[in-house]
Amino acid sequence: MADIGFFNEMLTAEGTPRPAYSQLDSWLEQVPRNDLKRLSREAETIFRRHGITFAVYGTDEETERLIPFDIVPRIISAREWRRLSAGIDQRVRALNALIHDIYHRQEIIRAGRLPAELVVQNEAFLPEMVGHTPARQVYAHIIGTDLVRVSEDEFYVLEDNTRTPSGVSYMLENRETMMHMFPELFQSHRVAPIEHYPEMLRETLESVAPPACDGSPTIAVLTPGIYNSAYYEHAFLADTMGVELVEGRDLFVDDGYLYMRTTRQPERVDVLYRRIDDAYLDPLTFRPDSTLGVPGLFDVYRAGRVTITNAPGTGIADDKAIYSYMPEIIEFYTGQKPILNNVPTWKCEEKDSLAYVLEHLDELVVKEVHGAGGYGMLVGPTASKKERAAFARKLKARPGNYIAQPTLALSACPTFVGAEIAPRHVDLRPYVLIGDKVRITPGGLTRVALKKGSLVVNSSQGGGTKDTWVLED
Amino acid sequence: MLGRTASSLFWLSRYVERSEDMARLLDVGYRISLLPGIGNGGHREDWKSTLVSAGCDAGFSRVYDEVNERNVVSYMLFDEENPSSVRSCLRTARDNARSVRTALTREMWESLNTTWIEFSDIKPHHMTRNKLPTLLDWIKERSMLFRGALLGTSLRTDTFHFGQFGAFIERADNTSRILDVKYHLLLPQNEMIGGGVDNYQWSTILRSVSAHRNYRWIYRDSRPKPWHVAEFLILRREMPRSLVHCYAWLAESMDGLEQLYGERSPSMDIAHKTYDTLRGGDMKDIFANGLHEFLQDFITCNNNLTTALATDYNFA
Repeated sequence: MADIGFFNEMLTAEGTPRPAYSQLDSWLEQVPRNDLKRLSREAETIFRRHGITFAVYGTDEETERLIPFDIVPRIISAREWRRLSAGIDQRVRALNALIHDIYHRQEIIRAGRLPAELVVQNEAFLPEMVGHTPARQVYAHIIGTDLVRVSEDEFYVLEDNTRTPSGVSYMLENRETMMHMFPELFQSHRVAPIEHYPEMLRETLESVAPPACDGSPTIAVLTPGIYNSAYYEHAFLADTMGVELVEGRDLFVDDGYLYMRTTRQPERVDVLYRRIDDAYLDPLTFRPDSTLGVPGLFDVYRAGRVTITNAPGTGIADDKAIYSYMPEIIEFYTGQKPILNNVPTWKCEEKDSLAYVLEHLDELVVKEVHGAGGYGMLVGPTASKKERAAFARKLKARPGNYIAQPTLALSACPTFVGAEIAPRHVDLRPYVLIGDKVRITPGGLTRVALKKGSLVVNSSQGGGTKDTWVLED
Repeated sequence: MLGRTASSLFWLSRYVERSEDMARLLDVGYRISLLPGIGNGGHREDWKSTLVSAGCDAGFSRVYDEVNERNVVSYMLFDEENPSSVRSCLRTARDNARSVRTALTREMWESLNTTWIEFSDIKPHHMTRNKLPTLLDWIKERSMLFRGALLGTSLRTDTFHFGQFGAFIERADNTSRILDVKYHLLLPQNEMIGGGVDNYQWSTILRSVSAHRNYRWIYRDSRPKPWHVAEFLILRREMPRSLVHCYAWLAESMDGLEQLYGERSPSMDIAHKTYDTLRGGDMKDIFANGLHEFLQDFITCNNNLTTALATDYNFA
């Protein structure tokens, strides 16, 4: 592959540790490698015993797998985090303003800042949502912003996950495991705590209870069931928030309200944190063959008698074609310049862009517009000639299905691989909660590409995770 | 609590209990196979009775032609087609546990999860005769560990009660079927029930419910007497796998649930009625009316209790 220079988060070009990493660096120098090996195995045992697994689609043999966990933490300084969180705050406010606008007056389209066809012809646009205003005008309550770092001060947003971002349970379990295994490191560092995430999530969900709810709202987490890839997380969140974990068959609509079937009288549900896709929510409104949802749910929602988080139709905001307009979108709704960078994006449906992309396939990353999870993407610089040729054929057949971006030199963090510590490329997904206010958990989930040189961090493609520390001043 | 949660708690606890019961039955089958052959069929006959006691005989004959140790062990431990094989029990228990993780304590979940992970690592074709007793002991231990976790860490709310219902309905079902099957197998034709038959195999009934030592503390017989064995397994409260003991636990949890929910359900009445019959029971009457008939009635009532619970508490 083409060798690209990258930013090393721990070491400067001279090989000296950056201030935030100085203690960790000396700790890593003195700890015997065999101890690291043993601790690594111990961590894996903890994860397996707790059943912290995910499912990989498309594999028959083993349905539950562990995400590899790297025991070397990633460190972000207080200064870096202040700037990042300001940028995230700005971005999630703009995203919610965008969704509200798209389902109401569409001012941004009238102002000529966003092409109309990008919205109305978008599969993620939900006509059923037009004119609906949920509690506090919040549509995307839980957002996972995927960030990568390319230099000391440059962060790029790769993607805004405004539908049902996952992975927060790994963030929390990683921290739990690290505190259990390396208490001495937590004594010598001032690591900002994150374990209050479930309480913040609960507060957020309570704060967006529907108008019809009087008194303290009843919250439930809606899961597709135990065979879903993120089932562990659904159960984890329900458990740590102290709310019911429900499946579609546990819910029913009666007399205009949503209820759970309990061992006693039916219990009303006010806020539904759903972890199923829009299309499956309600067979009467969306996919009629859905058995995961609840017949009649959408009517209850439109009547303001239940809050669905995230709202149906929020996918419009994390669509990869809309993404390229994010700088304009942020300026339009906040009146400010974006704090975080957007990655330049070529939309292959445009003739000139397609020609450019085909010519520069060996430098670009090409993604499906509606894809997720690292499936169906091409990383030009690491792909073989044959793979690029095959991809070019797909691209020509359906150009509208793809966007391309320059291959970013993702920063690298020290990682324990095999028997040594070596730099591996990482990204970062901070989790943001939006309700009565914006709550950002310090840090987030760091995903790491364990293969040397690899830039694909997705767990479905062999990536691992790390605990992420934001240091306090 | 969701109706589905109640159902999963009930069934997961029931399947854990069943895995233990299967291990006990196999253990007895194994011990008998070490003894010199008796009767016409010798020990082959006893593997047959192991299958019948486990309620697996019909399913077995669909898969295997010959009843022998290898086939029976394989069918009852590992067969995925057999819903009561230890593998199926552990998988069903864990699937149910996964779907109600939020209702389980970490100890309950981890005991089940670890059991499943370790059991899945066992390669059936590596199973040899000498490894069998160790594996069976391990299965029993794991079930007792779960039970300990339930008793020791679960809040005494509906979570606990539904778990208790599953465990004791299953245990009562198992004890009654073992007694029914074995009693008739062991009792020679024309022999008066409750008479003085002396057969060392009576102790196998006791062994299959882990009670061969306990029995002597209560009865002091030099050899187990059929009459006493039946009484021990049906009417003696001291015996933790006896029918009356199971129903004492069930009645207690029924009362607990009544208190918690502030209302009485039809299933509570069914459980109490059966409990009263057992509590006031007399072996003479039971034998006079026929032990087999008594046990068949009991099994029916026990099944009805499951159906009633599912209706009363919205098991989805």
